[in-house]
Amino acid sequence: MKEGWRKLPLGAIIPEAGSAEKFHTGDWRSERPIYHPDKCIQCLICFIYCPDSAIKVEDGKVVGIDYDFCKGCGICAKECPPKAGAITMEREMK
Amino acid sequence: MIVARTGNEAMAEAMRQVNPDVVAAYPITPATEIVQIFSSFVHDGLVDTKFVAVESEHSAMSACIGAAAAGARVMTGTASQGLALMHEMLFIAAALRLPIVLCVVNRSLSAPINIHCDHSDTLASRDSGWIQIYTENSQEAYDSVIQAVKISERALLPVMVTIDGFIISHGMERIDILDDREVREYLGEPPKRPNLLDIDKPITMGPLDLQDYFFEHKRSEIEGMNTSLPHIEAVAREYKERFGRYYPVIDTYRIDDAEVAVMAMGSAAGTAKVVVDRMREKGKKVGLIRMRVVRPFPKNYLKELIQGFAAVGIMDRSDTLSTLGGHLYVETRAVLYRASHQPPIKNYIYGLGGRDISLEEIEEIFEEVLEIGKSGKVTEPVVYKGVRE
Repeated sequence: MKEGWRKLPLGAIIPEAGSAEKFHTGDWRSERPIYHPDKCIQCLICFIYCPDSAIKVEDGKVVGIDYDFCKGCGICAKECPPKAGAITMEREMK
Repeated sequence: MIVARTGNEAMAEAMRQVNPDVVAAYPITPATEIVQIFSSFVHDGLVDTKFVAVESEHSAMSACIGAAAAGARVMTGTASQGLALMHEMLFIAAALRLPIVLCVVNRSLSAPINIHCDHSDTLASRDSGWIQIYTENSQEAYDSVIQAVKISERALLPVMVTIDGFIISHGMERIDILDDREVREYLGEPPKRPNLLDIDKPITMGPLDLQDYFFEHKRSEIEGMNTSLPHIEAVAREYKERFGRYYPVIDTYRIDDAEVAVMAMGSAAGTAKVVVDRMREKGKKVGLIRMRVVRPFPKNYLKELIQGFAAVGIMDRSDTLSTLGGHLYVETRAVLYRASHQPPIKNYIYGLGGRDISLEEIEEIFEEVLEIGKSGKVTEPVVYKGVRE
């Protein structure tokens, strides 16, 4: 539930640091990247190019996509080496 | 201490005593002296202020906003075109709820180019979210600048204090100034508010705010203005208790048994008071209403006050260029709508571009308003007093 005007901080300030994490920009997506782990060569190019840090990496390896923040720009799928083809785009189904 | 000061000198003196953290300013006639004199205070080490000599008024207000966002006590000064160039930033200062005090010397807006007094500059900024206080003379300007610091920090809104260009800004008057110590004790340290340099409580100011929250934030700002009048009044009362001088939201002169009144603003109100005295000597029951606080517009006080007269003449040193008349006239009409008693009102637009208004002309206005009071009829609701036809 969003607050009414009386409860908002004065001057439209954001009174806490790092609150962008609460703003799930993944809502904007019209296309969704699909990660195929069986085809991934772990080059990490997608991780380097993703403008929203939405490629999830654990222990130095790509493990998936953070759909809370992925805006579906498709850069990861475009930059994934063609021979690998580990990320493909499909239409977002809400 | 009694001293001789021009309006500009009085405002600069108040700024010296306030000792703000930051002043960012650009010179413009007739307000140049305020910041020029203040910059001498900075040079001579009489204040602790960081003086930022910027390249335009847009930059001046931008720097003031930045400094205020960082938690500083901030002041500046300007006039006319300079205020117009600040226009964009005025709204931002207000919406960010930053306590900034702006000394404005009223001067007409170009074109044709002119450096003399009318109120078109500040009235063009009336919807920017700033509190506006129009003063009559150097003494009031001095006191109001000090009060404005307190008001802005309580209401969390920026405040502009105005004097009439040249008539007051360059006119020498006898004024009573406070001791530096008294001013500094009265103002104290500015109350703590969320700011960008507080590394223990990091905040973001001015983020993008779209359909989802802008309306709520704007509504909150509107409430800030709607509830600011009690702060202005409380500061006026405290100031009187401490220092003896009192300035009401709406100043009145000899209205108690007055049949009709004239409303004015700024230095012309002082001239009109002389006319009231003259006419009272002839047994004519006239009085004066001087609008001092125009933003927030003191609608309830004005409605209450104005209903008691048989007629009111409203002097405006500006025109809205809307076909409706001058600013005070338009807003007074709005206030009177649905009032139980609606006295006839007539608008006298005068003094544009610094055209003098004489005692005789103001007396003519009073005489005409007395006639309107008797007949109840206004044939021509908006007239231009002192213009060559």
